[in-house]
Amino acid sequence: MAETQTKTIVVTRFDPDRDEAPRQQRYEVPVEPDWKILDALNYIKDEVDPTLSHRWSCRMAVCGSCGMNVNGEPKLTCKDPVTGYGDVIEVAPLANFPVIRDLVTEMEGFMERLQKVKPFILRAKELAVEAGPTRQSPAELDDYRQFSMCINCMLCYAACPVVANEPDFLGPAAIALGHRYNLDTRDQGQGERNEIFRDDGGIFSCSFANECSRVCPKHVDPAGAIQQAKLRNVIDWVTGLVRRREEGVR
Amino acid sequence: MVDVVRHDVVIVGGGGAGLRAAIAAVEADPTLSVALVSKVYPMRSHTVSAEGGAAAVPPGAVDDSLEKHAYDTVKGSDFLGDQPVIQYFVEEAPKELIRLEHWGCPWSRNADGTVATRPFGGMQTPRTWYATDKVGFHMLHTLFQHSLRFPGIVRYDEHFVTKLLVDGGRCGGVAALDVRTGEMRAVLGRAVILTTGGAGKVWPFTTNGNIKTGDGMALAYREGVPLEDMEFVQYHPTGLPGTGILITEAARGEGGTLLNSEGERFLTTRDYGVGTKAELGPRDMISRAILQEIEAGRGISLPGKLGQYVQLDLRHLGRGKLEARLPFVLELSRTYAGVDPVEQPIPIRPVLHYMMGGVDVDIDGLTAIGGLYAAGEVACVSLNGANRLGSNSLTECLVFGARAGVHASRLAKDTSAGGEAPLLEQAQAEGARLDGLRGRKRGGETVSGVRHALNQAMEAGTGVYREQAAMQKAVADVAELSRRYDDVSLSDTSKVFNTELTAMLELRNLLDVAEAVATAAVNRKESRGAHACRDFPKRNDQDYLHHSLVSWSPSGPRFSTKPVALGVWVPEERKY
Repeated sequence: MAETQTKTIVVTRFDPDRDEAPRQQRYEVPVEPDWKILDALNYIKDEVDPTLSHRWSCRMAVCGSCGMNVNGEPKLTCKDPVTGYGDVIEVAPLANFPVIRDLVTEMEGFMERLQKVKPFILRAKELAVEAGPTRQSPAELDDYRQFSMCINCMLCYAACPVVANEPDFLGPAAIALGHRYNLDTRDQGQGERNEIFRDDGGIFSCSFANECSRVCPKHVDPAGAIQQAKLRNVIDWVTGLVRRREEGVR
Repeated sequence: MVDVVRHDVVIVGGGGAGLRAAIAAVEADPTLSVALVSKVYPMRSHTVSAEGGAAAVPPGAVDDSLEKHAYDTVKGSDFLGDQPVIQYFVEEAPKELIRLEHWGCPWSRNADGTVATRPFGGMQTPRTWYATDKVGFHMLHTLFQHSLRFPGIVRYDEHFVTKLLVDGGRCGGVAALDVRTGEMRAVLGRAVILTTGGAGKVWPFTTNGNIKTGDGMALAYREGVPLEDMEFVQYHPTGLPGTGILITEAARGEGGTLLNSEGERFLTTRDYGVGTKAELGPRDMISRAILQEIEAGRGISLPGKLGQYVQLDLRHLGRGKLEARLPFVLELSRTYAGVDPVEQPIPIRPVLHYMMGGVDVDIDGLTAIGGLYAAGEVACVSLNGANRLGSNSLTECLVFGARAGVHASRLAKDTSAGGEAPLLEQAQAEGARLDGLRGRKRGGETVSGVRHALNQAMEAGTGVYREQAAMQKAVADVAELSRRYDDVSLSDTSKVFNTELTAMLELRNLLDVAEAVATAAVNRKESRGAHACRDFPKRNDQDYLHHSLVSWSPSGPRFSTKPVALGVWVPEERKY
């Protein structure tokens, strides 16, 4: 079994109460071979410097709290092994987000975007409990299941070149989640969501850099979702145009 | 002055129970304003980590009935669950899971499009609804996303509630620390529902996330509300080495077997009381069986500090089934144990998972304090008794979250607000107290040092197997650690996202919960469900067929009991 090894963790620190600008702080950490980056941060917090602030909870890659940039790459730190790095590891807050403190970034922008795409079942008439469960075939479930796996960890926003330049962009996770409901056989809200998708900052802002899908720790493939959404949106729009024209003729 | 916000219903905790309660409250009365106050963004809540499924008799099931689900739950509880509560639970369970289906939960499906179910421990028939093995994740995100429809639900994300505002025996709101600014906010409402989950972080080896610090239990306890059945803590049989990360019971539901170091399927070859159910016995019995195998020298040693394990073998299920039904088990085993379950057995051992006990509430979720409710793991409505059956807890969050939400909304509608002044005074004082904590200089103790010592004391005293002397020592150790807590010095003086301060407050909550657990444990001189005493190996209905209550007092915890609400099933020997 491999031995404990000392690594230098360089953490970007920022406390708006006292710092003018972010600064870097170096910590020497005795790293166990089975550790993730998060274990090293928790070691610093518990044993070296209790003033370090970072978010974490489940430590099993599902709560989505602990996304950070590690050596410049967006990573879910509870899933990212220390053995993948050399003797010096740089840990910084997720890129493309305002920093609240240290490794803690601003989530409000995403929460607004999520709300915007109406990530819930929309129906003309809600179903009564007495109606029992809706039927949905395994194939229909498979159509959207992948896009329902998003843990909202924000890695895709940190990686996306459009997010970096276009502050109004809905962004990969929000679009993937909106699209997930568009694909769900129980939903009837595609028309509403497609209008939102067509707006400024919607799906047509995506330049298909594919960075979101590359960094996604849950293989959600938001880039794929956006491409599908574009196609469906165009079809939806053309169908609507044809219908309006026919109605005009009548 | 503290910032003051006013709502009708205030919910503390944004997991499964809290979100369900919020939705139920605004659906019951769309004119109400509901505050959802959580120390994390709702989708980070620990409901997210539940894996295997949610139990309810499926509509149209031919081999199943509400009566069977009720009986399984009563027997699983070792006859300590309140039978009227269990009856209500099994009736509501299918309705709640159907609602979740209508709201978009991606339940796994049979070929004909109906919702699929899988077998689970202690259940007679397959009645556990699932969405692969990420059921808690899908449930939480479905509830959270559905909650975004309701403008009446106003969220206070990353607000840490540090005190209930109680005046004249009525709860009128909470004092919440806005973590990002460090300011104290009084969130007022005529009904308050605690939905903060359990307290797995009392113990060192747990499936629970870092946020599971018993906050709601401690909040209620400090206001004089008794904590019920706290000695009953569930050790899940299958946790990964080192981290304690959960490998779902669904792995056994799908056909996984447990093997000792000799490759023997010990649950079928030795008598551990689980009979032909084998790996699908209840969790308390399987956890004990694993420890007995290890004690008998049939465990497997892992290197370093990892200790002794047995093996969960899934290889015979084949790659296809594993990828379809248990993809998260594959991901977790590969990422956190370096084992590929397709090729190798997974090393596992019992791990602290869930608290059957909690805030003493009635079937509506109401506590001894007017206007104060609790639901989900934080509460003890007495569904689970001495041992919870796997997949009943996600459903419990829905059934009793909804009921508490409806009742709180009625109460808020029918009650006029009392005087605010005493509540705001309390919030003001609470703000001053926290201001005094930041960067305070006391003795040489640290938050992590005291927490670590607490973890060790509680593992020694309240593990799978317990002994009187060790439990008494745990009681004394926790009291001593409370004294050491007063000597903790803090170094972070910043108001912004000061996680040293929140960890300090969480540690106080852990100490309160630990005090109640150890006190209840030492007072139950029998073995029942998850409370297995080596000194008293038999169940004793004559003297102990009662619920334990622990109440806070300035001179130390006070212990009392209350009767179990029995029903059609009289206690019998629990054998499978």
